[in-house]
Amino acid sequence: MSDASLNTQTQTGEAGFGDYFALLKPRVMSLVVFTALVGLLAAPVGVHPFIAFCAVLFIAVGGGASGALNMWWDADIDEVMKRTSSRPIPSGKVAPQEALAIGVTLSAFAVIMLGLASNFVAAGLLAFTIFFYAVVYTMWLKRWTPQNIVIGGAAGAFPPMIGWAVATGGVSLESVLMFLLIFMWTPPHFWALALFMNSDYEKAGVPMLTVTHGRRTTRKHILVYTILLAPLAIGAGLTSIGGPIYMTVSVVLNALFLFGAVKIWRRDEDAASADKYRTEKSFFGLSLMYLFLHFGAILAEAALKPYGLGGW
Amino acid sequence: MGFEKVEHELHKRRSGRNLGVGLVLVGFVAIVFGLTVVKVTRGGLEPAYLQKQQGSN
Repeated sequence: MSDASLNTQTQTGEAGFGDYFALLKPRVMSLVVFTALVGLLAAPVGVHPFIAFCAVLFIAVGGGASGALNMWWDADIDEVMKRTSSRPIPSGKVAPQEALAIGVTLSAFAVIMLGLASNFVAAGLLAFTIFFYAVVYTMWLKRWTPQNIVIGGAAGAFPPMIGWAVATGGVSLESVLMFLLIFMWTPPHFWALALFMNSDYEKAGVPMLTVTHGRRTTRKHILVYTILLAPLAIGAGLTSIGGPIYMTVSVVLNALFLFGAVKIWRRDEDAASADKYRTEKSFFGLSLMYLFLHFGAILAEAALKPYGLGGW
Repeated sequence: MGFEKVEHELHKRRSGRNLGVGLVLVGFVAIVFGLTVVKVTRGGLEPAYLQKQQGSN
């Protein structure tokens, strides 16, 4: 091989291992790992630690695979948006066909391995999650309706339900409530982000609510979803996954979240642009803490139960 | 006259990728081995009727 041919290959962009790993959206995977682990540990049935480790790993791989399929399909959008333009496909490091192959292969691998390691209810839920994220959300809803993230948010809400199914082999009220907690949290979280990143979505032609119905409507929607979220989050505390710690955390966080949503609703664009969307940005930051602390509290209740401290 | 090996950034990237794939494969083998050990020692691989019998005893 001559130097000339080596240089040509470099220009076409031969990917490193890290570039392939980036296809799996590691940051999203970390949320998947955390919520799936909480769902698994909060379940009333014990799981062998090694099986639990493998199950969470396969759920994460499945989540990552759907991320790769999302990047394959959305390469044209990612190229336009500043936030996503350095992703492996738009930056030319990974070919779209490679991303598709990795996504499909890892999806099948994760579902089969989860089925073999735990049970096929959990594997079926993982398969449905991948299908929902890659096909229903990415291929269908995202470019079609401003309600894209509302319905698409379901994909991100499934991991704790899968974790619960790994332990119990089924679905129950508690796992549905954990699902609903993430499902109802997603719209205010992403719409707050869209309020201060609107121009990017507009440029990419993604019908975000801020683009199609305006910012006033988006502010109203954030408030409505935050109001609907509060009873679900606090209600989960009355089930077997809740307890005094969860209830305290949930009441405080929902009060803060509602207060933030009301502040966003009462503001107009002049006030928002005057302070560079400070309220919207702090609401977005709070939304990250909201989810992390809710699931952290569920985990704390589960961890304290063996000592007779967690739960009601 | 011998050939000199030309070190190129591409070689580094390739060896990094090969190492990564190698480690993933070793990890997969370890996981399958570990799962097998856990399932066999806990009776998870036995036929369903045997598991039921053991459960009722």
